[in-house]
Amino acid sequence: MPAQVITVTSGKGGVGKTTAVANLAVALASNGSKVVCIDGDIGLRNLDVILGLENRIVYDIVDVIEGRCRLKQAMIKDKKLPNLHLIPAAQTRDKNAVSASDMNRLVKDLRSECDFVLIDSPAGIERGFKNAIAPADRVLVVTNPEVSAVRDADRVIGILEAEDKGPGALIINRLNPILVKKQDMLSADDVLDLLAVELIGIVPEDEGVLVGSNRGMPVSADPKSRAGQAFRNIARRLKGEEVPFLDLDSGVSLWERIQKLAGRK
Amino acid sequence: MNETNSLIQIKGLRDGLLVSLDDAPWDEQLAALMSQVDSQPSFFQGARVALDVSSQILHVNDLVELRDKLSDRGIFLWAVISESPTTEQTSQLLGLATRISKPRPEETRTFAVEDLGDETALFLDRTLRSGTRIVFAGHVVVLGDVNPGAEIVAEGNVIIWGRLRGMVHAGSKGDREAVICALDFSPMQLRIADEASAAMDPQTQSKPQIARINEFGSLQAENWSPG
Repeated sequence: MPAQVITVTSGKGGVGKTTAVANLAVALASNGSKVVCIDGDIGLRNLDVILGLENRIVYDIVDVIEGRCRLKQAMIKDKKLPNLHLIPAAQTRDKNAVSASDMNRLVKDLRSECDFVLIDSPAGIERGFKNAIAPADRVLVVTNPEVSAVRDADRVIGILEAEDKGPGALIINRLNPILVKKQDMLSADDVLDLLAVELIGIVPEDEGVLVGSNRGMPVSADPKSRAGQAFRNIARRLKGEEVPFLDLDSGVSLWERIQKLAGRK
Repeated sequence: MNETNSLIQIKGLRDGLLVSLDDAPWDEQLAALMSQVDSQPSFFQGARVALDVSSQILHVNDLVELRDKLSDRGIFLWAVISESPTTEQTSQLLGLATRISKPRPEETRTFAVEDLGDETALFLDRTLRSGTRIVFAGHVVVLGDVNPGAEIVAEGNVIIWGRLRGMVHAGSKGDREAVICALDFSPMQLRIADEASAAMDPQTQSKPQIARINEFGSLQAENWSPG
């Protein structure tokens, strides 16, 4: 079966695109799929760091495009998951080093090699973003439950529709059920109400995600992490499975209990 | 001569000519193109030309030379399309387009209407997302939402069968009788003619409302009821 090409984008920076790509890649690969991640953020590469593969980079995507190496040479194999590969971005170049047709060609060569190609888009709606969505079969839009991130997601969805990439599916990242309950944060329903697109996952706020990113070990490999569970569920949905959404409210009561305990001390 | 001419293909586009070259050495291509142009000066005179150079690697000097030669003959080079990133970069440096046909997504659409009767209206059967701007010389009817960051500028009235959370300017050419109504009325900003108003009082319950300029000359929204 030819690969599914999925681009992860957001418009706004810092909402968790790269983290989502890393976690989805790990979740898909631990499930047996062959996965290739492409870091599309040329000049500001991060995906290698989050996957913990920074020290293995020899060739990058610009080397492939400009013919200095073969595609296989630029594919870095993950430390633990033999069917997970990364094509890193170039750090010393900028977005102009790559064009949309370059991306299309590169991804075309990958389609027969794996089950999933995950592309990490840079923030913004300029050239890097256009390059990242050009080869996509499906686009995941990551947003946070805050007004500015949702506004940017709306803009991105509008562009995706205009470019015939479909409206995309939404990941709401870093939702904090306690703040939502106190009405200090937009709820998933508020976000969906505005964006009116398919929801593919809600990831609760979890410090473990940050720690995992810093250590180069995405949390979706940790069976105990709730955020990891959320990413694993998204990965299963990408494979076409029907997976019920996490009950975040049960998380609230647990958290609240912990907070109360902490308060009593 | 025929031999060199076969290197070049010329197609008509909606707004000019598309000249496609192949991978032969650049000097030959250039010579062939110029002889083609010089053999039919009246055909090329005043043309807007987009050049597809396939995978040729061109540097600034090459393109500048080409552009000057073409402009000497009254031809305007506006785009260079290439598979080579270097060439793309070069053309961007020179301010040339690197893609044709695919117009940018309709971020700003201006609709021209020939007959500006009072009943001319634009019907939009979709949600307007952030970044969309609709400019229309007549009334605008939206069956969908107007999200924050979207804008409608209409010379007539604006009716929104959905949520209004973006910016709407009705009567943009000065019609103070124009109205704006929506099923859920929480606009970011409203303008009618030359009156503007920041967000209306936030509503706890979404009710259909209509905004117009009242007798004191200021913008006012009230419940929208039939009659």
